[in-house]
Amino acid sequence: MGEIMTTSLILAVETSCDETAAAVIQNGNEIRSSVIASQMESHQRFGGVVPEVASRHHVEQITLVMEQALAEADVSPDDLDAVAVTEGPGLVGALLVGISAVKAAAFAWDLPVLPVHHIAGHIYANHLVEELTFPLMALVVSGGHTELIYMEDHHSYEKLGETRDDAVGEAYDKVARTIGLPYPGGPEIDKLAGTAEPELALPRAWLEEGSLDFSFSGLKSAVINTLHNAEQKGRTVDPAVLAASFQEAVCDVLVTKTMQALEQRPVRQLVVAGGVAANQGLRAGLEEAAAGQEWKLSIPPLALCTDNAAMIGAAAHQQWLKGQKADDRLNGMPGLPLPLTSSS
Amino acid sequence: MRMLSIDTSTYCLSAALTEDRERIAEITTNIKKNHSLRLQPAVRTLMEETGWKMKDLEAVGVTAGPGSYTGVRIGVTSAKSYAWALDIPLYAVSSLELLSYSGRGFHGLVCPFLDARRGRVFTGLYAYDDGHMQQVEEDRNTSMEDWLERLQREEKPILFVSPDADVFRSTICGALPEAFFTERGDYHPGVSMIRYAVERQEPVDTHAFVPNYTRLAEAEAKWREQYGN
Ligand SMILES: [Zn+2]
Repeated sequence: MGEIMTTSLILAVETSCDETAAAVIQNGNEIRSSVIASQMESHQRFGGVVPEVASRHHVEQITLVMEQALAEADVSPDDLDAVAVTEGPGLVGALLVGISAVKAAAFAWDLPVLPVHHIAGHIYANHLVEELTFPLMALVVSGGHTELIYMEDHHSYEKLGETRDDAVGEAYDKVARTIGLPYPGGPEIDKLAGTAEPELALPRAWLEEGSLDFSFSGLKSAVINTLHNAEQKGRTVDPAVLAASFQEAVCDVLVTKTMQALEQRPVRQLVVAGGVAANQGLRAGLEEAAAGQEWKLSIPPLALCTDNAAMIGAAAHQQWLKGQKADDRLNGMPGLPLPLTSSS
Repeated sequence: MRMLSIDTSTYCLSAALTEDRERIAEITTNIKKNHSLRLQPAVRTLMEETGWKMKDLEAVGVTAGPGSYTGVRIGVTSAKSYAWALDIPLYAVSSLELLSYSGRGFHGLVCPFLDARRGRVFTGLYAYDDGHMQQVEEDRNTSMEDWLERLQREEKPILFVSPDADVFRSTICGALPEAFFTERGDYHPGVSMIRYAVERQEPVDTHAFVPNYTRLAEAEAKWREQYGN
């Protein structure tokens, strides 16, 4: 055995949206602790995340959450090898709270700072369940993203397709608001969809032949029109049927495009990442498609689908192995792109 | 007491090391560049120049606001994190009080203020008696018009200290022809002045400490208007 250090203990912090989270991760795959202070209740009042309110809550929670993560892991700062933090994308004011806190603590403890891409974090959430096997395909589905990403190796990203308008989670939230469901709407539609049959024919945007891009704005408009037309004729639409039909259309497109991507690029593993990976309809659709395939389907458990810091620590471990660290000028990057190896 | 102090509540970035009443090192820059790019490099420079080690620090000082929401948050979050990580006390001082130190030799009242947009200001009123600070009026978020009406009742001369003096100069001079102003670009006394303020204060609770924004987030204010608290 050589002298190369491959074991690490990383304190990771995530504040890109409305969860203040910290975790201690060992060797990139073992969760020693994972603490999340959710602000959801506060934002529920506004029907969506209000950036200034989110930033204020992060300041209230940040050192508490970091302390709790260390305590629950039974780890002292002396035991740590690095501190990781989400660099972007996300709400800039929210990102800056995590980044400021991590830069200060890391400097106080004389530790390196590892800057992590939020979407890389979502993908690496799977690594906490089972090892990522390359090459792999990642279907990233969240309130801000709908992307198909091909990975040849750790932290090598090639974007094969992305949404041209709304992210899938965004479409879910907008449709939920139209039906009159509370925020956040994604899980509500998912729940409601499970109670009815998808009887309504809603459009699917396949785009050009062979395109792996997505579009959900037409579908969203179709749902709104269906409701309006019914209203004008004095009829009502069963919201459960509408939710089921919407969900079916979304999952049909996501699953079909993912299968097309896998035909173009054979892989050993399909990884689903992001908040919408918690969607039961999508899980069922992908599980069905994966049956009998040579590649393996990995969907993280619900708690690791939504924003958390454990996933940031998992992604950070690979950066730590490569010695990729941030300098003192690390800044919040609201539109940070994944470090793509090449784009098609 | 060896203290690291930081202020990021205006475009000025100020970071200082002090020991008891002595200023050991201080960096103050007045440029329009994100504090996230400037703060940590400044702190590192201070430590390297002085040869101090972070673990030698005994306290952290910070300006609590008001000021730029993002700026204040960067300073307060960093200060909380330094204090927590080193397990040392955190002291917080109003960013307006810090500015008022620019007028500590002035015989009269000192009015620091920051532009809060749409005719409003973050402001307060201070006086220095033989170098001892007295708060005459608490920090607040108010319309400049109302504030000047209040100030017109004062007999003493008033020195205005502000990075945004030019925005309100004619309004102020209209209401108070005798008003004094600090030289343009020379409003910031350097954050090492916090060392005097902490002598008469207790440290804050590091975990619970939040900036003094002096006003609610816009969405929050609207919500409360509609639904109450
Ligand atoms: Zn996310």
